[in-house]
Amino acid sequence: MPVDYEPIIGLEVHAQLKTASKAFCACPATFGSRPNVNTCPICLGHPGALPVLNSNLVNYAVKMGLATNCSIRGTSTFSRKNYFYPDLPKGYQISQYADPICHDGYLTIETLEGEKHVGLTRIHMEEDSGKSIHDLDVDTLVDLNRSGVPLVEIVSEPDIRSAKEAYLYLQQLRQILIYLDICDGNMEEGSLRCDANISVRPKGTAEFGIKTEVKNLNSFRNVEKAIEYEILRQIHVLESGDTVVQHTMMWDASAQQTRIMRTKEHVHDYRYFPEPDLVPVVVTSNTIDELRSELPELPSAKKKRFMEQYGLPAYDSEILSADRNLANYFESACESLRSPGKSSYKLVSNWIMTEHLRIMSDMKISVSELRITPKQTGSLVDAVADGTISNKVAKEIFPELLASDRTATQLIQERGLSQMSDEIVIRNLVREVLEKHADNVRKYKQGKTNLKGFLVGQVIKESGGTANPAMVNVVMQEELDLISMD
Amino acid sequence: MTLPDSKLTFTADRELFASGSARVADRAAEFLQRIDQYSDLNAFISVSEHAFGSLASDSDERYTSGLQRPLEGLAIALKDNISFKGLRLTCASRILETFEPVFNATVVERLLNSGALIIGKTNMDEFAMGSSSEHSYFGPVKNPLDPQRVPGGSSGGSAVAVAARMCHVALGSDTGGSVRQPAAFCGVVGFKPSYGRISRYGLVAFASSLDQIGIFARSVDDAALVFDVIKGHDPMDSTSVATDTRQSTTQRKGYRVGFLSDEFIDGCDESVRSAYALFREHLISRGAEVSDVSLPNKQTWIPTYFILATAEASSNLARYDGVRYGVRADDTSSDMITATRTAGFGKEVQRRIMLGTYVLSSGYYDAYYKKAQQTRRLIAEAYAEVFNKVDFIAMPTAPTTAFQRGEITDPVQMWLSDLYTVSANIAGIPAISLPFGTDSSGLPIGMQLQGAMFSDEDLLQFSGKLISA
Ligand SMILES: [Zn+2]
Repeated sequence: MPVDYEPIIGLEVHAQLKTASKAFCACPATFGSRPNVNTCPICLGHPGALPVLNSNLVNYAVKMGLATNCSIRGTSTFSRKNYFYPDLPKGYQISQYADPICHDGYLTIETLEGEKHVGLTRIHMEEDSGKSIHDLDVDTLVDLNRSGVPLVEIVSEPDIRSAKEAYLYLQQLRQILIYLDICDGNMEEGSLRCDANISVRPKGTAEFGIKTEVKNLNSFRNVEKAIEYEILRQIHVLESGDTVVQHTMMWDASAQQTRIMRTKEHVHDYRYFPEPDLVPVVVTSNTIDELRSELPELPSAKKKRFMEQYGLPAYDSEILSADRNLANYFESACESLRSPGKSSYKLVSNWIMTEHLRIMSDMKISVSELRITPKQTGSLVDAVADGTISNKVAKEIFPELLASDRTATQLIQERGLSQMSDEIVIRNLVREVLEKHADNVRKYKQGKTNLKGFLVGQVIKESGGTANPAMVNVVMQEELDLISMD
Repeated sequence: MTLPDSKLTFTADRELFASGSARVADRAAEFLQRIDQYSDLNAFISVSEHAFGSLASDSDERYTSGLQRPLEGLAIALKDNISFKGLRLTCASRILETFEPVFNATVVERLLNSGALIIGKTNMDEFAMGSSSEHSYFGPVKNPLDPQRVPGGSSGGSAVAVAARMCHVALGSDTGGSVRQPAAFCGVVGFKPSYGRISRYGLVAFASSLDQIGIFARSVDDAALVFDVIKGHDPMDSTSVATDTRQSTTQRKGYRVGFLSDEFIDGCDESVRSAYALFREHLISRGAEVSDVSLPNKQTWIPTYFILATAEASSNLARYDGVRYGVRADDTSSDMITATRTAGFGKEVQRRIMLGTYVLSSGYYDAYYKKAQQTRRLIAEAYAEVFNKVDFIAMPTAPTTAFQRGEITDPVQMWLSDLYTVSANIAGIPAISLPFGTDSSGLPIGMQLQGAMFSDEDLLQFSGKLISA
C-alpha cells in the first residue's frame, strides 16, 4: 500500500524596514543609489567605530509583533553573529539570538478548509549585509549601501502543511508589513526574502523527518514552486529507500529545481555572543501601548468591517482590503457620496474593482498615482444613482475624469450630458410625438403594444438624447392610457 | 636616563604660560627635541611635528589675550589605537601599517576643543595585546630607566613618553592593566576610569566590555584635569555614561582604605611586598582609616579575563580582512582574507584570536564563555561587598618591577603579570597606579588604589593628596 506523506514547512522571512536611516548609523537606508555612496565609518566597519541603535528599528519591530499577536520582551539584547564574507564589513552581523524582541505570536490564514493559525516563533531585529557582485568579468565587486540596513527576521513554527499554505502565509505577512508601512514588500528587489525549512513524514507519524533549508526564493511564484518541488524530491528519496540529507538547498529558477548549496559539514558555527557595544533594548509598557494605538486596522479586520458597514460581498471586501491605500480610496469615495447607502457603496466598489483596477494594471501604477480622485469617483456614482446620467454616459466620461481635475457633475454640466428628467417637458414631448404618429397610436390601441418602444425612442430622439428613458417610459404609458379610441 | 623631575607638570606649566614666563611654542619644541633625542626608546610610531608647532603659537596667542581654554597648550600623546585624523592609525600592526583614519575619536575632539595639542601616536603591543610592549610591528619599546628592560604594556609608548618628558600627558587604553602596569614600570601616574566614563568612540576595540581609555600623567592633578575634559556621555558610544552618576563623598574627613592579606600578595617580589607594607603606613600617616579586607575569588580573575577578552577580540578583529582598507596580502590567492590575516597579524594576536574563537565555538560556549560571564558577576559582587565597608582597596599594580626584554617567553607567564590589574576591568571599577618607591636597582614600584563603580572623582582627589608632598 502506498504511503501518504505529509509535508512539514516553516518559513524564515527577512523584511527590510523602511526607516529613513540605517540600523546603527545615520546613513540613508534608501535603495537604488550609486554603489557605496550611503556609507560611513560605522557601516564600513572602520577601526574604532561603534554602533548606535536607531530607535525606529525597535518601534517597527514591536509594531510587527503586535500585529502578529506576539508577546513583546521588555528587555532584549543584541548578539553578534560571526562569519567572514567580503560584503560583511565587521566580520559579524549585529542580530538578536537568545532573547528576540517579539516571540510566540500567530497569523491567521484562510485555507480552503477554513481559518488556520500559523505560529510565529520569533521576530528579531538585525542589520543587513552589503551586496557582492560576482557575475562580472572582473573580480568580485562589493556594494555596501545595503550594509547596516535594518531587517526583521520573522520565523514561523513548522505549522505549514503545503506550498499553497506557505504562499498564503507569506502573502498575509507581506500585507501586514505593507499595512504597517514598515516594509515595501518587494520580493524581486529583495526587500522581502524567504527561506523555507521543509521535511516530509508519513502521515500519522509524530516525529519530524529530516529537513532541508531552501534559500533564494525571490518571488511568490518561486516560493510555491520550490516548496512543491522539494516536497516531491524528498518523497521520491524516501520512496527509493534512501534518507533525506540535511543540506542547505537553493532554488534554481531557470532549471526549476532545488540544488545543494551547502552540505552539513560546511554549516557555519556563528559563535553568537552578546554584543558588548550596545546596551539592552528596553521597551516599556507605555511604549507598547503607544505603538499599539498607532497600529492601523489590519486587513482581516478591515475585510470584516467592509462586509458589515458597507454591505459588500466577501469577495469585494477581500480585494478592497488587500491594499491599505485601495481600502482608503474606497472609503473616501463612499464618504464623498451625496446619497450614501448600501446600493451606492456597491456601485463604488463595482467601479473601483472594474475600471480603477484595470487602469492601475494597464498603466502599472499604484492607487496613489491614479489621476481620478475618490471624490470624482463618488460624484460619478452619484450622477448614475440619481439618474443624472446613464451608466453608458458614465463609462464614456470616465477617461475624461482621469485626465482632468473636474468632478463628474462639472463635466456633465459643461457637456450638457445630464439626462432630462423634467416631467412637464417630457410630457409635452410625449404629447407632440403622439400627435405626430397618430396612426401608430391607433395600431398600438388595436393591440400592437410593441410600438410603445418606437414611440419612446421618438421622444428621446426629439430630446436630443437627453430625456431620461425611465421617465419617458412612465409618462408615455400614462399618456397612452389616457387616449380613448372612439 | 634618570627620570626628569616629577614636578614638571602641565599644572605647573599652565601657570608659567599664563604669566608669560614660558611659551607653549618653546615647550612644544622642547618636547619634539626630546622625542628626537630619545628616539632609541621607540616610544612613538608617528609624530605630528608640523601641525603641532603651528597650533602651539595659537595657544600662546590665546594665553596672551586671556582666552585660554582648560587644556591650552597641553602636549598630549595618543596611544596608536586612538583615532586622530591627522596621523595614521596602526595599532602597531602590519595589517594597519598604512591606514589613514577618516574621523577623530570623541576624546580627540574634546581635547582639541579644550586647547590640547596632539604631539603624536605612541608605540604599543599590537592591538593592545601584551604586557611588555615587545609585540609591536614597529619594534619593542624600551624602558627609559634601563633600555634592556620593558616599559610594561600594552600602552608602553605612552608611559615612556610621559616618564621621559616627551609630552605633558598621554592617553592609553586599559583592557586588563595596559595603563596601570606600564605606569608602574615607568614611575608615572596611570589612571583607568570606571567603564563607561570615557567614550570609546574612536578607540580601536580589543575587548569592548573591558576596554577603557586611561591617562598617563606626571601628577594626579594633571590626570584629573584631562579626565574632566574627556569624560562624560557620548551619543556615539551607547555604553558611555553621564558624568554625575554618583554623588561625591568628598565631605568626609578620612577615607577608609582596605588592605589585603599577605597571602594575597605572596607571588610578588620582595621589594613590592615591602612597598605594600610601607604604603599602608603612608596612608595611615595621611589620615586614612586602614583595615583588612579580602577578595575571595582571586584565582578566577585571570581565566575570566582571558576568556572574555579573547572571545571579544576574536570578533572585534574580524573586520581586518583586507577587503576595504589596510594591507591586503596576495590578491591572487583563492582565500584572500585568510592570506591577509596570516601575514598581517603578529603571533600573540593570532594566538588570542584562536583562543577567543575556540571559547565561543558551539559545544564550548557553555564551558568557557558562559562560565566566565558568571564568574565576572561574582567578581563584581565581591568587590561591591567590600566597597560597602571601605572607600578604596589598595594593592600592588604589578607583582614585579620592570622585567628584562625577552625574559618572559611563555605567554601564560606573561598573562599572569596582569594578575592585580584585570579585576578592575572585569568589575568595571576605577583604579589608579601611583609611583611609590623603587626596588634595589632603582626601578619604580607602583601601588594601586581601586574604588567603587563611578567613584572616579573621589579616587583622583584622594590619590592627589596621597602623593603630594
Ligand atoms: Zn553608515
